[in-house]
Amino acid sequence: MSIFEYNGSALVAMVGKNCFAIASDRRLGVQLQTIATDFQRISKIHDKLFIGLSGLATDAQTLYQRLVFRHKLYQLREERDMKPETFASLVSAILYEKRQFGPYFCQPVIAGLGDDDKPFICTMDSIGAKELAKDFVVAGTASESLYGACESMFKPDMEPEELFETISQALLSSVDRDCLSGWGGHVYVVTPIEVKERILKGRMD
Amino acid sequence: MTKQHANWSPYDNNGGSCVAIAGADYCVIAADTRMSTGYNILTRDYSKISQLADKSVMASSGFQADVKALQKVLSARHLIYQHQHNKQMSCPAMAQLLSNTLYYKRFFPYYAFNVLGGLDNEGKGCVFTYDAVGSYERVGYSSQGSGSTLIMPFLDNQLKSPSPLLLPAKDAVTPLSETEAVDLVKTVFASATERDIYTGDKLEIVILNASGIRREYMDLRRD
Amino acid sequence: MSPSFDLPPKGGFSFDLCRRNAMLESKGLKAPTFLKTGTTIVGLVFQDGVILGADTRATEGPIVADKNCEKIHYMAPNIYCCGAGTAADTEAVTDMVSSQLQLHRYHTGRESRVVTALTLLKKHLFNYQGHVSAALVLGGVDVTGPHLHTIYPHGSTDTLPFATMGSGSLAAMSVFESKYKEGLGRDEGVQLVVEAISAGIFNDLGSGSNVDVCVITKGHKDYLRNHLLPNPRTYVNPKGFTFPKKTEVLLTKIIPLKEVEVIEGDAMEE
Repeated sequence: MSIFEYNGSALVAMVGKNCFAIASDRRLGVQLQTIATDFQRISKIHDKLFIGLSGLATDAQTLYQRLVFRHKLYQLREERDMKPETFASLVSAILYEKRQFGPYFCQPVIAGLGDDDKPFICTMDSIGAKELAKDFVVAGTASESLYGACESMFKPDMEPEELFETISQALLSSVDRDCLSGWGGHVYVVTPIEVKERILKGRMD
Repeated sequence: MTKQHANWSPYDNNGGSCVAIAGADYCVIAADTRMSTGYNILTRDYSKISQLADKSVMASSGFQADVKALQKVLSARHLIYQHQHNKQMSCPAMAQLLSNTLYYKRFFPYYAFNVLGGLDNEGKGCVFTYDAVGSYERVGYSSQGSGSTLIMPFLDNQLKSPSPLLLPAKDAVTPLSETEAVDLVKTVFASATERDIYTGDKLEIVILNASGIRREYMDLRRD
Repeated sequence: MSPSFDLPPKGGFSFDLCRRNAMLESKGLKAPTFLKTGTTIVGLVFQDGVILGADTRATEGPIVADKNCEKIHYMAPNIYCCGAGTAADTEAVTDMVSSQLQLHRYHTGRESRVVTALTLLKKHLFNYQGHVSAALVLGGVDVTGPHLHTIYPHGSTDTLPFATMGSGSLAAMSVFESKYKEGLGRDEGVQLVVEAISAGIFNDLGSGSNVDVCVITKGHKDYLRNHLLPNPRTYVNPKGFTFPKKTEVLLTKIIPLKEVEVIEGDAMEE
């Protein structure tokens, strides 16, 4: 078994018209045994910047703490929030620092609204190889299923409500084909005026 | 002398994806025509679909040498069946025969991942899905092969079938019309080709219905 | 004295998870796979400079992770570098060296030379004994003329009139070996590079999507991003599709981001 599959996870982010959505499953498991069904994989860095960390949960939490710390240092020094592009470079640098045999076992998904509210999404492998995309990015044990679902369901320039329905359908149908993720979903839809956080009902098996 | 071929394996994986969808009065079976090994394309035009009887069609991915051997065994068995019973084998019978043939080689399996589609005795569409050693199930739709993990969630989303545990048992066939099903197959293959390196080149679609058998082709990405 | 808390690092690799991860691996957990650029990258020297070319597919095992990534990296205004191998390594090593080159230019006030980039790259790669798995094609034009080099992950280098790297290198090299000649014109050169990359895209499963080209001549460069797009999506359902069942939401929380000013109707009229 790969260490990425120890806890199980599913993460996806999609771009819409002047908005973005980021979603994850809610399961925390130890291999096939489910430990928690309300696990948070997506965290807020600031109002318009979110990061989801798939993979080994302990590393995800440690990495998240380091990132928050670094972002706070940045805020103190610069008196402003980080741009999503800058934050992505920071995550990439922190991950690549541990390149030789000692990586954090997580694959991050970063989504944010940049200057003039342009959506930005990005994912990386566990050693910080950035992958910028214009449409959608996925990560976690259900990533293959998510690739297939998103590739079929995604349409460019969706409005927030349609984007929410699309990302939710993609997430739920993907985690139903993955043993290690599921138990509902957690979706954030971010527009320039508001953040809508929703909890989805999913299969409980 | 020490053994020389410690790393040699009798199996290879030639990739490719297969999909089958059953409707009320039709069955759609589709597969791409790419055959590959490692990072190489062996050919862009190899049919993974074989017609085993008038109303049963099998699509198989995996190791194409084993697939070929399997097809040969099945067609020989079908010929004997025709001589003995003076009729074509029905699709459910062919499904059982395929399962037995696969299980016969339980400890040196055919490295073949099959979906069998066809029409049953009432003319209703049927799809049977298999693992490499013959475990099988009648379903409303299925996908096998290298792109199956990409295809299956979207099929679930569009065609979700009733639970097999429900009583009284519900029909597994999908509610789509024949053209809708063909459109769906084209969509999922275009999507799988975008992300799976082993799926591509051309899509072969076989449609079985009351008026007989029909084939359609569509180009896929060739990279 | 070293601080006990987590300060921003000063640079270089950190080895502090190595022991834990070695322990996990010894207990039978598989080490992770990284994003690879399966890749066809090429370069050639023509009449008045160098042309580099690359495909745009990044793979993770049999899955395409990025359909349109950039594999021709900036090194200096007159030097570019194509990268194959582990994506994070090619990205990091080219970024690191390009920053060293920039500092060197500030220091000397002169245009960077290709050999300088070559030496910095090979020194870094040799240092890490092949663990930094980057296979590079480095090209540029400096005061001493056009140069093209290949660099292997262990730090060995070649100097060649035409070069290919990555999993599609054999497909691309077959085109170069049959059609390359000295003193090619610009258009002929670009055409040959496109043909070589296309050979990789269509015949190697690790390479795919689009063709990127970069033409470097004396004092000028043309980065032709997505010069050719030979692989569009083949089918989109003309009727679209609908979701048979709407998502069930258990809880909604709305956080407004902008303060909305509420203006009373009466106040306006006064």
